[in-house]
Amino acid sequence: MSVDQATVRRIAHLARIAVRDEEVPHLQEELNAILSFVEELSAVDVSGVEPMTSVIPMSLPLRKDEVSGHAGADVVTRNAPGAEDHFFTVPKVVE
Amino acid sequence: MMSDLTKFTLAEARDAVASKKISSLELTRAHIDAIEKARGLNAFVLETPDKALDMAKASDARIASGTAGPLEGLPLGIKDLYATEGVHMQACSHILDGFRPPYESTVTSQLWRDGAVMLGKLNMDEFAMGSSNETSYYGPVASPWLPPGWDETKGRAALKGDKKGLLVPGGSSGGSSSAVAAHLCLAATATDTGGSIRQPAAFTGTVGIKPTYGRCSRWGVAAFASSLDQAGPIARTVRDSAIMLRSMAGYDAKDSTSVNAPVPDYEKAVGASIKGKKIGIPKEYRIDGMPAEIEALWQQGIEWLRAAGAEIVDISLPHTKTALPAYYIVAPAEASSNLARYDGVRYGLRVPGKDISSMYENTRAEGFGREVRRRIMIGTYVLSAGYYDAYYVRAQKIRTLIKRDFELAYQDGIDAILTPATPSAAFGIGEKGSSDPVEMYLNDVFTVTVNMAGLPGLAVPGGLSASGLPLGLQLIGRPFEEETLFSVAEVIEQAAGRISLPQAWW
Repeated sequence: MSVDQATVRRIAHLARIAVRDEEVPHLQEELNAILSFVEELSAVDVSGVEPMTSVIPMSLPLRKDEVSGHAGADVVTRNAPGAEDHFFTVPKVVE
Repeated sequence: MMSDLTKFTLAEARDAVASKKISSLELTRAHIDAIEKARGLNAFVLETPDKALDMAKASDARIASGTAGPLEGLPLGIKDLYATEGVHMQACSHILDGFRPPYESTVTSQLWRDGAVMLGKLNMDEFAMGSSNETSYYGPVASPWLPPGWDETKGRAALKGDKKGLLVPGGSSGGSSSAVAAHLCLAATATDTGGSIRQPAAFTGTVGIKPTYGRCSRWGVAAFASSLDQAGPIARTVRDSAIMLRSMAGYDAKDSTSVNAPVPDYEKAVGASIKGKKIGIPKEYRIDGMPAEIEALWQQGIEWLRAAGAEIVDISLPHTKTALPAYYIVAPAEASSNLARYDGVRYGLRVPGKDISSMYENTRAEGFGREVRRRIMIGTYVLSAGYYDAYYVRAQKIRTLIKRDFELAYQDGIDAILTPATPSAAFGIGEKGSSDPVEMYLNDVFTVTVNMAGLPGLAVPGGLSASGLPLGLQLIGRPFEEETLFSVAEVIEQAAGRISLPQAWW
């Protein structure tokens, strides 16, 4: 399988990565190089094989549903590029 | 005299500090001086000398009061992928600009619990995606090994320029391998998703172990591909790597894939007899176009182990060839999901846009480097509607087959598997992958199977190439039997003779 330029733009949008028009042909080439590299997998017989979910056989542990290790809002917002009164600030999303 | 203190192995330094022959302060100062003089290599992205000296003084006080830990007073380097409380941590990405984690990773907190001293944060490929340390936002790292035919003057001139032609230290843990090989720290933390501990160790003549998945906590280590990522050390000897792993490993309730099993004293396995151990030699690792000297190194390794009383058994791991392509579906898929969190809202870089969506898109376009953007996009594609079954589910089925190959070999009584660590010696900065990303990916052809199967893998120097560069052998073990790897690796280290690391020319 290979991707066309419209698909490259769609993937970039899904991944929330801005791409300039002049970048698209090059990206298309690189993505297709990778896709052609993984193409040989379609020849592997996987009938009756379970997909791996856990590489080490173990069941997922459950913890009590309670607040733990609460750092506090000061600490949580300290690294934010925009924060006010313990809230993260973002461009306006509601008109 | 001071600089001689950097020539200690971790074990020698530990013994000298514990017996008060030297102080941690002297040892730490010697390493701080060495780091300052080696800035051209670009191995450290942040030096923390004040913190190191404070920690060293505290260590000396604990030694005086008889409360020393197993790593007391020993200066280490920390890969920038590890969260270090209040100290720069960016996974060498622009998108985490200015990030200072308010918490400490479990692995590093265990190192400090055991008395170790932090020298600073080490360079790496951005988000651990790369095999040459060339994708770092902070620029490439140079290996302390000079390229064949280069003299020191030429090396120093290249360090001052764009570093082109100097050798890569491997990746993604290239800062770790370069710093350890250049005697800038006694050992370093590293991480391995597809070979990022073992390939850099092989390229620099150092020892690196990726333990079994679940052996070390991933908590506080920036996630790349969660089902493959494991922490581990790079050190100068097998013994040193065993000492490091004991402190790094252990159960952590904060990582749901961490395994609750006791941590052995790995150092005790170093020097144990390997008589009667069954060592598997997988025919599928003899790949087309493999240089003759890699084949010769492998044969030499086989002879050393046979001479030590091991039984050599030819084995087959038929799905080996599928591991690398399957990895390039699984790892980018998980990366695209893990890296969704970098959105310019909660931490790091923010690039404004006309609305919130374009702010996300601009931030991620500018904040991520080329290789990371490429992998996120591949991951997004293979997980997207209509392609999920054809790519992602199929790759996970193939992963089951890869793991089954190993399980069958181990059921037949194989104790460990011997392979080359890399298909070549180190290459030059700027030499590979600029037009075709797959060219760089092929570096991990021997190491990636181990991550896909969750097994422990260790790289140990086996000798030098015809042009005088280090070459590594890889040992693959049964789950949670890292001790066997340390015993077998020690035999190789003894037989090969400890590699003579470069003297400072930088």
